[in-house]
Amino acid sequence: MIETIKHTIDYISAPTISFTLITVLFPLFFPPTDFFDKLNRKLRIYKIWTNAGGLILFTLISIFFYMGYTDPNFKIILMKGDNFPIVLMIYTMFFFTWYAMKKSYINDARIEEGKKPTEWHDPEDKVLVWPDLVYIELIALILFMVFLIVWAILVPAPLEEPANPAATPNPSKAPWYFLGLQEMLVYFDPWLAGVLFPTLIIVGMCAIPYMDINKKGDGYYSFKERRVGYFIFMYGWLVLWIYLIVIGTFFRGPNWNFFGPFEYWDPHKLEVLNNVNLSEYFWVIGLGQPLPQNILVRESVGFLVTGLYVFVLPVVLAKTILKNMYKAYGPTRYTFLMILGLSMLSLPIKMYLRWIFNLKYIIGIPEWFFNI
Amino acid sequence: MEEKNNKKESILEKLGNSSVWKSIFRSGVPRTRRQRMYAVLGNVFLHLHPARLPRHAVKVGYTWCMGGLSFFLFVVLTITGILLMFYYRPTVEYAFTDIIDLGEQVPLGIMREIHRWGAHAMVLTTWLHMLRVFMTGSYKPPREFNWAVGVILMTLTLLLSFTGYLLPWDQLAIWAVTVGTNMARATPFLGSEGPGASLLAIGDINLVHAASDVRFALLGGRFVGEATLLRFYVLHCIAVPFIAMIFMAVHFWRIRKDGGISGPL
Ligand code: HEM
Repeated sequence: MIETIKHTIDYISAPTISFTLITVLFPLFFPPTDFFDKLNRKLRIYKIWTNAGGLILFTLISIFFYMGYTDPNFKIILMKGDNFPIVLMIYTMFFFTWYAMKKSYINDARIEEGKKPTEWHDPEDKVLVWPDLVYIELIALILFMVFLIVWAILVPAPLEEPANPAATPNPSKAPWYFLGLQEMLVYFDPWLAGVLFPTLIIVGMCAIPYMDINKKGDGYYSFKERRVGYFIFMYGWLVLWIYLIVIGTFFRGPNWNFFGPFEYWDPHKLEVLNNVNLSEYFWVIGLGQPLPQNILVRESVGFLVTGLYVFVLPVVLAKTILKNMYKAYGPTRYTFLMILGLSMLSLPIKMYLRWIFNLKYIIGIPEWFFNI
Repeated sequence: MEEKNNKKESILEKLGNSSVWKSIFRSGVPRTRRQRMYAVLGNVFLHLHPARLPRHAVKVGYTWCMGGLSFFLFVVLTITGILLMFYYRPTVEYAFTDIIDLGEQVPLGIMREIHRWGAHAMVLTTWLHMLRVFMTGSYKPPREFNWAVGVILMTLTLLLSFTGYLLPWDQLAIWAVTVGTNMARATPFLGSEGPGASLLAIGDINLVHAASDVRFALLGGRFVGEATLLRFYVLHCIAVPFIAMIFMAVHFWRIRKDGGISGPL
């Protein structure tokens, strides 16, 4: 019985399946449009943001980790000192997302009734920092220090063999908070996954307040009034960042191969890799010719596709589905939003191209280290 | 005042009214509303806060305390870090053994644990702080700029964590840092294996190669070695904390200038 459950979990953990499941289910949990909102109500998914729903979530995660703790393979990964923060991360991210959504739903209902959000108090009725805030800070500080000291006593800081530049461990992993980026390396070359995307993430995060022109929902928990922005941010944060870290930590073993959480990390596991470039698809498989000698001719299809995605798609969108948005945003803001949005979307797009078509590079010019 | 003299003073009150105490804290034991406000205004640390706040702003359910905890962890890390610096020498010869000694020879040998787990925790608290700021929509005008300052602070937190990761000089350390810094090689134009780097050449001479690119500058060599250890040590103990402190000062200042903690109108 337990074994079947473990096998099922191993099976659905594979990025192809779990990522798809999460992506498909995500709009049901954070409905960005009326359509998804209706589905959400019909399936009663909003119930998850209640105490009972939270308890169920908490139980499920705990069962998962308990199974992990009792499983010989998963236990090895879980018991690494540096992986404990990830367990903590999973619990806290779930808890605080749940908690904020619960508060948002309460506020949304109040606003619908024309009432003020729960955070609202008479502006004349203020409290004094001394003692009302200072003692909360003091308690928080003491509790957290106790927690940290207990953690420090119970779990020794990891120390492996002395550094040896000749012995590369397999897998070599970056620190856990960068594993999302390392996971992107599966789909993108380092100049994208390791340089351009991190830069765009930082710039894009800084740009959020300037891109989100919806003035509502400032200073209180709310979801409905800002559901589209909320959905985009939460998808980027919980799926493209947090979930990729989870994959990188728990599901990537030797040679960065996928392993289910309960699977043994077999260093000899073979994964057939015969990824094909778009140029080969076009010239060799499509036209039945050898690849052209000239690099630019060879990659012309890739340039065309990329050009369409980057330059033509935003214009088409501005004229059609996103017409109203374009009007509200103006050309500069819209351009920035598109650059950031399309970059973010390019990750799932490239993932699916890889999974479905074994596509390696859309533009592949290793001669110039220019691969997309 | 008249009345007070008739009552018996408690020890606390005696202390609070002594000339030494009053010279340090100005106000005595803060009892009245006025005195309590003065206790905050007259104290350089508490003065980070306003004297009075709207009710929701002091609720743990609203801020989750995460910004405050991030700052608290930064202080804890500074203190434990200074203690670690008494023992740790950033050289290939000593680094690893000094780390072992920290646990085995040094009294109260959990400073390294507190420092390491505190660093992980700080990454988490800044992430959760960001999450709550997003979920309460607190980045909206007039707080746009402070959100951007926050993003920089988060980046600096990650950099602090990353540079510190190398210092124990064990397998975990050098390989995590090798994996991380290998990316720099692919920086467009500036990395030896980055797109466009081959364009930066004079005749046959490449300007950007493995011994002149950004990765080389970061590592102080072609590989993670002695020079890298020293560089990361200096970055970790001095440069990044220094920059982070400047940004934190701006962050806290701006919270006040943007009208204090956000709230519904
Ligand atoms: C080292 C990291 C950081 C420290 C020490 C810090 C500290 C704080 C503190 C103490 C507050 C007061 C309210 C609270 O505790 O929630 C605050 C508010 C704020 N923080 Fe941070 N923060 C950090 C990182 C960030 C990050 C990563 C972001 C966002 C990306 C951010 C954006 C903001 C904003 C917009 C406010 C104002 C919130 C409001 O008015 O409700 N901060 N910060």
